[in-house]
Amino acid sequence: MIEKALSGSKFYWAWMSFLLVVILVGVSAYVRQFHYGLGITGMSRDVSWGFYISQFTFFVGVAASAVMVVMPYYLHDFKRFGRITILGEFLAIPAVVMCMLFISVDMGQPTRILNVILYSTPNSIMFWDMVALSGYLMINVLVGWTTLSAQHRLIQPPKWVKPLTYLSIPWAFSIHTVTAFLYSGLPARHFWLSAIMAARFLSSAFASGPAFLIILCLVIKRITKFNPGDRAINSLVTIVTYALIVNIFFVGLELFTALYSQVPGHMQTFQYLYFGLEGHGKMIHLMWFSTFLALMAVILLIVPATRANQITLLIACASVHVSLWVDKGFGFVIGGFVPNPLEKVTEYWPTLNELLVTTGIWSIGLLILTALYKIAISVKIEIEA
Amino acid sequence: MTIDRRQFLKAAGVAGILGLLSSPLFKVFAPGELEASEELKEGGTLSALPLSAQRWSMVVDMKAFPSVESYNKCIDACNYTHNIPKMDTENHEIKWIWPEKYEHAFPDSYDTYLSENIEAMTFLVLCNHCDNPPCVRVCPTKATFKRSDGIVAMDYHRCIGCRFCMAACPYGARSFNWRDPRLFLKNINPLYPTRTKGVVEKCNFCADRLYRGEQPACVEVSGGGLVFGDLKDKNSNVRNILRSKFAITRKPDRGTLPRVYYIIGGHTSTTGCVPE
Repeated sequence: MIEKALSGSKFYWAWMSFLLVVILVGVSAYVRQFHYGLGITGMSRDVSWGFYISQFTFFVGVAASAVMVVMPYYLHDFKRFGRITILGEFLAIPAVVMCMLFISVDMGQPTRILNVILYSTPNSIMFWDMVALSGYLMINVLVGWTTLSAQHRLIQPPKWVKPLTYLSIPWAFSIHTVTAFLYSGLPARHFWLSAIMAARFLSSAFASGPAFLIILCLVIKRITKFNPGDRAINSLVTIVTYALIVNIFFVGLELFTALYSQVPGHMQTFQYLYFGLEGHGKMIHLMWFSTFLALMAVILLIVPATRANQITLLIACASVHVSLWVDKGFGFVIGGFVPNPLEKVTEYWPTLNELLVTTGIWSIGLLILTALYKIAISVKIEIEA
Repeated sequence: MTIDRRQFLKAAGVAGILGLLSSPLFKVFAPGELEASEELKEGGTLSALPLSAQRWSMVVDMKAFPSVESYNKCIDACNYTHNIPKMDTENHEIKWIWPEKYEHAFPDSYDTYLSENIEAMTFLVLCNHCDNPPCVRVCPTKATFKRSDGIVAMDYHRCIGCRFCMAACPYGARSFNWRDPRLFLKNINPLYPTRTKGVVEKCNFCADRLYRGEQPACVEVSGGGLVFGDLKDKNSNVRNILRSKFAITRKPDRGTLPRVYYIIGGHTSTTGCVPE
């Protein structure tokens, strides 16, 4: 099947070459960072995690969201997702790969990364994160690839695929729960020390991931001969809408607890993110932009006319994805470090080199995604023909 | 190409002999290592027996730190002893022991209308060598670990630089080497290793000096302001002070059980010194 990714239109090759160029730029930026040290980023003694770890956190959510098509299809026999299940699984693969790359580029001593296995430490959540992520990657590669190649050869997939598919469902929930536990178990940071963190992570993941999948489906419908099906897209829209509303509700719960209790530690980060703290407010505009996008998306997704219209649907889904990216892929991690444990404010902003490494990793993700989707769609079209 | 059993055994034999020879060979070709170990042997001849305790702890008596010089002495001693670089930006700072105002050292118990005395004081803060250290709990490689004498120590050679410990520490006691620290070092103390870029570090209660029978560097020059001793020994210097004077710890509500105590001008109790 892999040969299907090696032939394509001029447009396909132009897109892939463009991604390769961005990847090369990212790699050279990383080489610079490797020699200079992480001091080349905007991170500091006070804000010791930045863009890389934020991106990791966000993309674990995108990876986990595959379960939103896998679960209805395999567990509830929801037939209309049959055409897009593979798209969900194949979205999870580059998402997990990106997570692993973001973790790796964030390491101070990347060459020692195997120490996590050599001296495995089960009391560290990071150990479980490694187990969860690598397991999820393997499950999705095995299930996705085997199912697709069975379809390609017009035979039933082997028997062992089914239990593995069922396993992928709780596993998807676990990867994002474990990611939330990285943060919510730390006595040092009030903002993260909240029992709702894992639930909030899952709800935002189930909104942002499927929103991205809808965008991908609409693009596929437009530029290929494969139609993912309007009814499947409609069901995804329903999932995004509910998940987004639940996520906004969860944020509201956090805000109530912090602001009504008036406990300073609980309030300070919210103050910093939305209003600024002690004269520091680099995040304010971004956070309000994110809030605006989320609320606008809720309206666009609820009103039947805008929900049915493909243009407004596209705008809504893009808004959901960008809004939650800002919230979780930036504000959440940075906010936890402000103020620092001594209640001083140091701000963070990514540097150019950091952004180049980041766009390089995004491009690796997009490259894998494009190749996998090319294969999946070619196979699907072949079967239907 | 195929190898029969005979050839395989021959090759294995040769490899084995080479392996046996190679370890002394490596020693000849890596003279640096030899020198280092010689030096260790010399430096390692102990002038005094190692200091040991069941539970090391520290008391900071604020009475002894009236001036900038009084606490800077301690900081300078630490910086030299542990080869702590002077970085060119505050964002990349490495700090093991450093001065803070009350509102930052004890942010949870800060309020308005505190005594002018307290507002003016400068507190030396450092790693608390917690009994229940979150940094040890989160470290994915055991690069930071708690010793049986309570010291929370670090293995700079195992640290992968993930900085999970920095996110977990409620005292901001940990520093990361954002750049190569050796570029920012002027005088190197040969008795303590320098670090590489990309690893975390923090106060080690001078575990290296204790081994040589010496008090921690900051304690030695503190003029009695920093008292170091065994918390489990009820007749120890620290226990005697804690029995008679009111002491506080930083952020006790986090459940970390910090083992650096602060005495802020409390009075001496009349019954305090009587052993129970």
